[in-house]
Amino acid sequence: MERIPILKMGDFLLVTIQVDLYDQLAENLESDLINTISKHSSKGVLIDISAVSIIDSFMGRILGNIAVMSKIMDAQTVVVGMQPAVAITLVELGLSLNGVISALNVEKGMDLLRSKMHTSDNEEQDYDDDNE
Amino acid sequence: MQNNFLGGLKEHENRLLTVWSQLLIESGSDDGAVEEEESKEFASLFLSALATLNGRFQDSQEFEKVEDLIVGISTSRGKRGFSPRENAQYLTTFKQASSQILSELITDSENLYQANLELNAIIDNMTIMTFEAFMRGREDIISRQVDEISEISTPVITVWEGIVALPIIGTLDSSRTQIVMENLLQQIVDTGSSIAILDISGVPAVDSLVAQHLIKTVSATRLMGAECIISGIRPEIAQTVVHLGIDLTGIITKASLASALKTAFDMLQLTVVKRKLV
Repeated sequence: MERIPILKMGDFLLVTIQVDLYDQLAENLESDLINTISKHSSKGVLIDISAVSIIDSFMGRILGNIAVMSKIMDAQTVVVGMQPAVAITLVELGLSLNGVISALNVEKGMDLLRSKMHTSDNEEQDYDDDNE
Repeated sequence: MQNNFLGGLKEHENRLLTVWSQLLIESGSDDGAVEEEESKEFASLFLSALATLNGRFQDSQEFEKVEDLIVGISTSRGKRGFSPRENAQYLTTFKQASSQILSELITDSENLYQANLELNAIIDNMTIMTFEAFMRGREDIISRQVDEISEISTPVITVWEGIVALPIIGTLDSSRTQIVMENLLQQIVDTGSSIAILDISGVPAVDSLVAQHLIKTVSATRLMGAECIISGIRPEIAQTVVHLGIDLTGIITKASLASALKTAFDMLQLTVVKRKLV
């Protein structure tokens, strides 16, 4: 069965979605990702959706679910590389993906995750450029 | 045959021109030298076409040339500031002049009637064409201006590395919001900017619909992973927004572009320092 690869990078997990997601694939990704987080006790998840051209309401909800689930398991989720057309569609659908943190590209997403780690480690409330 | 009578006008071209220009001057739609050249060319071509006319004028190749010429003349007259009414008068006076000459040429009333009927049909058709040409000219101008407005109204400016600004001028409707949003988001992707400033000082009024559009743009920018600041909120706008009960609390709003830029610098952990003079 087709699966989305989940790569481990130190404390973080890297998920690059290279195909357009269908419902079953998205649901598998959700459960795989949560299992992998628990296995490696990861601190952050980075989901790259730069190659995804269509996100419907179901996919939007899955993304939201992943963010909330990993939050409960003490991992921060960042969605990176959303295409303009996808963003416009989501907004028109009324899904603003509250709870999901976005970044422009993988590089910025990694920086964001690191800064999140940093603040939670030191319990400092210095400035972080999150989007909540 | 009435065609022969109409064709006979060719021999009286000069007299027709005199009568016509007289009528044109009387009607007040005369334009001097340029006019005379045009009129001469038109009369000559038209009368030649009449002289060679054989059968229906709609099928005649000669008349296609005449029609092209009159379309050209009415377009150029339109550009010189003539109203469509004056353009139509240009042709109706020509008809008057021709009728006048015809009545002198033809003595038989039955033939005269036939000739006039034919002449009317031809000239009326051309009058309609001048109107069409005039409208087409106007429509070209309008569509060009529409393109121009949508082009100039959405420039995305890179004000600093990582900061883009988009000054919105004019009313925001759905189609413009769409263009603005697409441009902004594309620019964010292209430049990799993490902060976008939306300046609405050029927006005359903000109603609930415009506010809705603004909120959508901000949400889309956030989904992309950039932060959006709205600047240029004038006192009237603040009042309307509150009176309408629009919730802008989730959005960073600033009074001026300067303070928005300052906030953006803070977010990027940049500082602007005045140089000390020694």
